Amino acid sequence: MAGKEKKSALPMPSFGQWAPAVALAWLIPGGGHLLLKRRGRGALLLFAIGSMYLLGIMMRGVLFQPRAGDLLTTLINCGGFLGDLACGILYLLTVWMGYAQPNAAGFAHDYGTKFLVTAGLLNVLAMVDVFEIIAGRKD
Amino acid sequence: MPKVTLSHFEAALLFAFFTSIVLGVIAKGAVRERLLYGLKCFGYFLVALFGLGWLMYFGHR
Repeated sequence: MAGKEKKSALPMPSFGQWAPAVALAWLIPGGGHLLLKRRGRGALLLFAIGSMYLLGIMMRGVLFQPRAGDLLTTLINCGGFLGDLACGILYLLTVWMGYAQPNAAGFAHDYGTKFLVTAGLLNVLAMVDVFEIIAGRKD
Repeated sequence: MPKVTLSHFEAALLFAFFTSIVLGVIAKGAVRERLLYGLKCFGYFLVALFGLGWLMYFGHR
């Protein structure tokens, strides 16, 4: 209990301390860890998230576009877009290179779409991890 | 970019593999604890994969 209180009392790091590392972690999966000299962890994150994203593209997954409609449509499209966007440079490169997969029937495309979004969500976890390391909540 | 066609099982297995790596890397604790956590996550994914597979098999009979 006392340990928990001590942990929550840790001071919030300043914006200038965490923002560059978290931004790099967004832009390049594992980049934040590499900046913090956690090379092994950074390389593993780059491998896992990068492979997942590439597999998603090779399975011809669909990249979401933010679209409004009924609540569920808005939630799925905007949430999916944010998930895709969280992959950083991988997503930006894909869009800049003109990747545009139409929504097609078939489980392979569907898996691909899930791979792309999940890669982004895993990168968000990596970004949170970078923040926690900077804040001293993790070793 | 070449196109790959994976079966349901292969795709789910790869999904579990990569997700478990990330979950293991960002876990708290020493290296050994994180490795065990990653392996445990992968095991849970496999249990869910086979469990749901059998559930759907019996559901469609």
